[in-house]
Amino acid sequence: MTEVLKVEDMSVTFELHDSEVQAVREMNFSLSEGETLAVVGESGSGKSQAFLAIMGLLAKNGRAGGRVMMGDVDLLALDSRQLDRYRGKDIAMIFQDPMTSLNPTLKVKTQLSEVLVKHRGFNQQDAVTTSIEMLERVGIPEPVKRANAYPHELSGGMRQRVMIAMALLCQPKILIADEPTTALDVTVQAQMLDLFKSLTEDFGTSLVLITHDLGVVAGVADRMMVMYGGRVVEKGVTDDLFYDPRHPYTLGLLHSTPHIAKRAVRLDPIQGLPPSLENLPKGCAFHPRCAFAFDRCLVERPPLRDVGDGRQKACFYEGPLAYGEVA
Amino acid sequence: MAHTTTLLEIKDLKKTFSIATGLFARPLTLTALEDINFTIRQGETLGIVGESGCGKSTLGRCILQLLTPDEGQVLWLGQDLTKLPAEEMRQRRQDLQIIFQDPLASLNPRMTVGEIIADPLRTLRPELNKTERRARVLKTMESVGLLPEMINRYPHEFSGGQAQRIGIARALITEPKLIVCDEPVSALDVSIQAQILNLLAELKDEFGLTLIFISHNLSVVRHVSDRILVLYLGRIVELASGDEIYEDPKHPYTRALLTAVPIPDPKLARLRNIDALKGEIPSPINPPSGCTFRTRCRFAKPYCAEKRPPLEIIENGRLVACHRWREIDVPAEAVLNG
Amino acid sequence: MAGITGKDAVLTEYAHRLETLDAPKGRSLTQDAVRRLVRNKAAVLSVFVVGFIIIFAFAGPYFLPWTYDKIDWSGIRKPPNFEAGHYAGTDQNGRDMLARIMQGTQMSLIVAGVATLVSVIIGVIYGAVAGYFGGRVDAVMMRFVDIMYALPYILFVIILVVIFGRNPVLLFVGIGFLEWLTMARIVRGQTMSIKQREFVEAAKAGGAKPWTIIFRHIVPNLTGPVVIYATLTVPEIILTESFLSYLGLGVQEPQTSLGTLISFGAPVAETLPWMLIGPAVVLVSLLLCLTYIGDGLRDALDPKDR
Ligand SMILES: Nc1ncnc2c1ncn2[C@@H]1O[C@H](COP(=O)(O)OP(=O)(O)OP(=O)(O)O)[C@@H](O)[C@H]1O
Ligand SMILES: Nc1ncnc2c1ncn2[C@@H]1O[C@H](COP(=O)(O)OP(=O)(O)O)[C@@H](O)[C@H]1O
Ligand code: SF4
Ligand code: SF4
Ligand SMILES: [Mg+2]
Ligand SMILES: [Mg+2]
Repeated sequence: MTEVLKVEDMSVTFELHDSEVQAVREMNFSLSEGETLAVVGESGSGKSQAFLAIMGLLAKNGRAGGRVMMGDVDLLALDSRQLDRYRGKDIAMIFQDPMTSLNPTLKVKTQLSEVLVKHRGFNQQDAVTTSIEMLERVGIPEPVKRANAYPHELSGGMRQRVMIAMALLCQPKILIADEPTTALDVTVQAQMLDLFKSLTEDFGTSLVLITHDLGVVAGVADRMMVMYGGRVVEKGVTDDLFYDPRHPYTLGLLHSTPHIAKRAVRLDPIQGLPPSLENLPKGCAFHPRCAFAFDRCLVERPPLRDVGDGRQKACFYEGPLAYGEVA
Repeated sequence: MAHTTTLLEIKDLKKTFSIATGLFARPLTLTALEDINFTIRQGETLGIVGESGCGKSTLGRCILQLLTPDEGQVLWLGQDLTKLPAEEMRQRRQDLQIIFQDPLASLNPRMTVGEIIADPLRTLRPELNKTERRARVLKTMESVGLLPEMINRYPHEFSGGQAQRIGIARALITEPKLIVCDEPVSALDVSIQAQILNLLAELKDEFGLTLIFISHNLSVVRHVSDRILVLYLGRIVELASGDEIYEDPKHPYTRALLTAVPIPDPKLARLRNIDALKGEIPSPINPPSGCTFRTRCRFAKPYCAEKRPPLEIIENGRLVACHRWREIDVPAEAVLNG
Repeated sequence: MAGITGKDAVLTEYAHRLETLDAPKGRSLTQDAVRRLVRNKAAVLSVFVVGFIIIFAFAGPYFLPWTYDKIDWSGIRKPPNFEAGHYAGTDQNGRDMLARIMQGTQMSLIVAGVATLVSVIIGVIYGAVAGYFGGRVDAVMMRFVDIMYALPYILFVIILVVIFGRNPVLLFVGIGFLEWLTMARIVRGQTMSIKQREFVEAAKAGGAKPWTIIFRHIVPNLTGPVVIYATLTVPEIILTESFLSYLGLGVQEPQTSLGTLISFGAPVAETLPWMLIGPAVVLVSLLLCLTYIGDGLRDALDPKDR
């Protein structure tokens, strides 16, 4: 499979008043055509900032290091004018709250057709027709009527669909979805995930799905990447990570997720809170919350290394990962 | 635990809102709840599920008299709360408390944690002096897993999960008998969500609480509830025990909710037929005739549009409102796995 | 039933133990805002300048050889003269300009402060009550505000001048009674949105009475708009006062105000420039600084920034 994106040693640093925080450190991954990669982790683990950096959308006080290769082009080396040629066209991003990226004063069809006119040189008429077709494709009933609506007249689920339609208009190679279903009902979430699945199949788009909910990942992702404290701690094929997690944090996330078929009396969540990036624990950043931590974890940071089967993890512990009778 | 005493009984509850549509246009009527009847026994957890806008929060607020129902009764140990004079209702509030969805929005940003948690005591237990209040605050903070040194901090210095613990502490401080939990974990990360769910379960045992647990996610609800009430467009469509709902759902909407639940298991998740529920919930201003679910129901028949299905009592106290529940009785596994 | 009842003795002891623990104080939103304000150089400088002007106006007169109403027959219309103690010259009546500027600034600050305070108090209470109770109460209360808006401001002022003309402070208490309309509208709007917030519902669930909710939960959350409004109102009243003085409706001789001084200084600016420059410099710096402080506060209190 062809590789559409390769991220090498990327970092994201924010300049604060009298200090710096590193929101993302030493991130490496590649994305193949048509593949769905899930990025999982608690809030503050750096998921969003990593991909905002790739899109060149970091806040003013942030800067990205390393390389983000799209073919022969390093996206991080481009200035914002040059980046505009790729952004929205080859690589698009949608967010948790669609209202923030839709203009509340313009009709849906105006916003959609604008994209086509600008990036693909359509004339106005064709642009509107194509926009309406795309609205239909993403599962909006009565697309003609909805195209004439303003964003606030649509439900949350509809708005998210409009965002997806807008992102897909330029047939991007890569679609990044940052918590696209977190604000939605489970029913609409299920529809949305279904839509993502069919889109990657039909258009061959590569999808990056950022979420904290493993339930969302299970049905759609081919591979997943677990982040903690700004670093990738485990990476591999989705099924491997679910059925045989090797990193205690991945295991913890799995045990925190309620499963409708298994009614446990108590869930077995990870204790404590995610660390603040300003003072990450020494050694393995996860050690204060880790049930398997031992002396080495307190002083030395585990590097991300291959553990076979195309999997990688950043953990020193080699024994079986199971606590008590829960498995 | 034997659930014997009936703590709360809701009878024929109805709540409408009027929506202003313009200066001169007649306001529209939105029926948020109608024909709501159920009881809650001492010590049980009743889950309430349904999609956004189906009336879950409105129901919780009507029970607590934060909203005044248009019709019907809310009987607390036989006493109708809707008819209670304001002062007596205020005293009753010791027994009925609420936890909100947005943990930060539910805390006054200008007050310290200690002041927030003590707030209900100031009105409901005016006889307590400052030291006694503080003592209770610290004790309650301890039971919800907050450190005593957090007492003078302000809400914005806390994460969502911690803020939710503060909200829980405020609800607990009056030693209530019933707590309405309105989507208490929806805004939280999974790991924190699990911590809060466990905390609620522990507190329930420790203080003998009765809980009403509202959520749009059936797997969360099932995790905590003894019985589950399913709402659709302001009406009860099914009420049954958690196991029955999961193993043998009768109403097509309940089934649809079950199939929509995200399953953290790739093989099962891939097998599932997630197309089950099409479209979105219709506007409650202008609900479909007959069975309100018919526009999205894959079992709908023409007569579903004509006659509203009554809420029938079926085996061991289960309730369901569907004309066709007998005919469409396929095993749950089949529904779940497509 | 398990509960916390009956454990009071144990708890009290526990509390006493923890009393000594001395929980660290958190940073309140106000403290946060102040910290942000402190970073704004223009605003900080302005605070100092305004502070200086206040000290100048209130403490200054004690250090001068002349009072504002004392006539120096040997020095009429004289430019600054250090030997005679007229550091900023004298006016047509031989009164010391510096003393008059100080007194005038004092008067302007007092009337602005009084009028702003009155309008803020009335506006906040009125707006919060209308916003909180909503419905018919709100409709009636806000209709009254609309009517007040529609009536000509100057008409009221003339009536007030007729009633209080002799006493400028009372006059501006009266003006404060007219100024609250905008404040009430802003506060009402804010209250409507704050009362939707879940913490207000939580307070209701905790049995709080409407007045408790208004004063304990809503009003403290209005700090932002109220402070900003106040920093805009102070300059506005200073200008109103100048305008009224210009029309001869404001402060009575021999007392004076910045506006009066300027209105006397302007016609003779070419021959007796010191009569205009002094009061003008004070007025302009005051207005400028208040604007900077207002801007700084607006940024510092902006909730988006958190
Ligand atoms: N104050 C109000 N004025 C008008 N309509 C209201 C009001 N409160 C609720 N509604 C309407 O009543 C219906 C039920 O609302 P409710 O908040 O109970 O839904 P919910 O099931 O809790 O949804 P969610 O999952 O979004 O919280 C909705 O259609 C809502 O728009
Ligand atoms: N402009 C900024 N300045 C400083 N820190 C920031 C900025 N933007 C984000 N951060 C920090 O970066 C970290 C990672 O954020 P993010 O990627 O959004 O997390 P998530 O995994 O929840 O998406 C967080 O701790 C956040 O506070
Ligand atoms: S390295 Fe140590 S502390 Fe870190 S996850 Fe592995 S076992 Fe736990
Ligand atoms: S009554 Fe008809 S439309 Fe309604 S749920 Fe039953 S089968 Fe579906
Ligand atoms: Mg994020
Ligand atoms: Mg709700």
